[in-house]
Amino acid sequence: MNKMDDCYFYIMAIIATSVAIFLIRLLHVLYLTGKSRRLKSPQPLSTLIVLGSGGHTAEMMNLLSVLQMDRFTPRFYIAAATDNMSLQKARVFEDSLLHKKVIKGSSAQFMQIYRSREVGQSYVTSVWTTLLATTHALWLMVKIRPQVVLCNGPGTCIPLCVIAFLFKVIGMRWSSIFYVESIARVKRLSLSGLLLYKLCIADQFFVQWPQLQRKYPRAHYVGCLM
Amino acid sequence: MGDTRDSVSLKRIVFVTVGTTCFDALVKAVDTLEVKQELTRRGYTHLLIQMGRGTYVPTKSLGEDGLMAVDYFTFSSSIADHLRSASLVISHAGSGSIFETLRHGKPLIVVVNEDLMDNHQSELAEELAARKHLYCAHPQSLHQVIAGMDLESLLPYQPGDATPVAKLINRFLGFPDD
Repeated sequence: MNKMDDCYFYIMAIIATSVAIFLIRLLHVLYLTGKSRRLKSPQPLSTLIVLGSGGHTAEMMNLLSVLQMDRFTPRFYIAAATDNMSLQKARVFEDSLLHKKVIKGSSAQFMQIYRSREVGQSYVTSVWTTLLATTHALWLMVKIRPQVVLCNGPGTCIPLCVIAFLFKVIGMRWSSIFYVESIARVKRLSLSGLLLYKLCIADQFFVQWPQLQRKYPRAHYVGCLM
Repeated sequence: MGDTRDSVSLKRIVFVTVGTTCFDALVKAVDTLEVKQELTRRGYTHLLIQMGRGTYVPTKSLGEDGLMAVDYFTFSSSIADHLRSASLVISHAGSGSIFETLRHGKPLIVVVNEDLMDNHQSELAEELAARKHLYCAHPQSLHQVIAGMDLESLLPYQPGDATPVAKLINRFLGFPDD
């Protein structure tokens, strides 16, 4: 064997080992997904909340209004750049928390993100826009590094959840991902819901109609949020 | 679902809303003679249309022709006042408009927009119609639904509750129940 062959062998060995380690880690994270991590003295958790027009934000606000906000602090709200109503509603909600003295100081941030696909956009052009949205999502997620992700259906949640999951795999940040399927989905999951369910990315997956729970047995049926 | 106040004032308003969408097929449908005749026959006196981003402009009327008075506008910051004064609501299938109307306890006909690409909207309307909280129609069948509907048979909708989700999330994260 000459030196070139040696070098080639070592490089291949390193690549193979890295891939193997990554796959083992991936399987380990998949195994841990959905398993509760009970902490002895739970600390407040930084929380990413994904909003979206078309009813998603209203449903999310209903959920937030019954969660103890001191446990989910600081909060990062993300909505699509084309959606100017959702973050406004989140601001009103945060102001009401301050007003009611539920929280002491403001600990919320509001961010906009490029959308993977607009309603009605063709699936072909959405490949390019999804790529753009993913890059932007990566940038935001590196900044936020949430411990909890709450989402309920808008397309923007897909890149964010996939990145949160990859952060777990590479050991950058462990997070718990919660997905609530929209009340508008009675018989079939949305594309976002289907992806997060099939890829086992969501730690807990909630549906609001019993028909869906029968079809997707790993989902939790929780009744209507609206 | 009684609204005695409206019947006393003899003004019975039908409020049509398309939310922030463009749903010309619905605006056109309520502007047809057969729908207006059917609504008049059932005792409604006024038709108020929130037409959103649509381009079809309905014909305004003061109701002197024996049919209902017709008025329209594009958007309003809050449709709550319109919902309160309405005796019947005809809405697009968006969940926001549906649940806001049900919360006001108003009789509701949801009209499904068949032109949307990913048409999941009919699922919610059909499920709530099967549970007798509202009537579900298509633009072409609207006048038949109005003719055949029995508002007394509608059941009030009990607003949902997010606490079961919150409980599961808290438990998963190891926060104590309280």
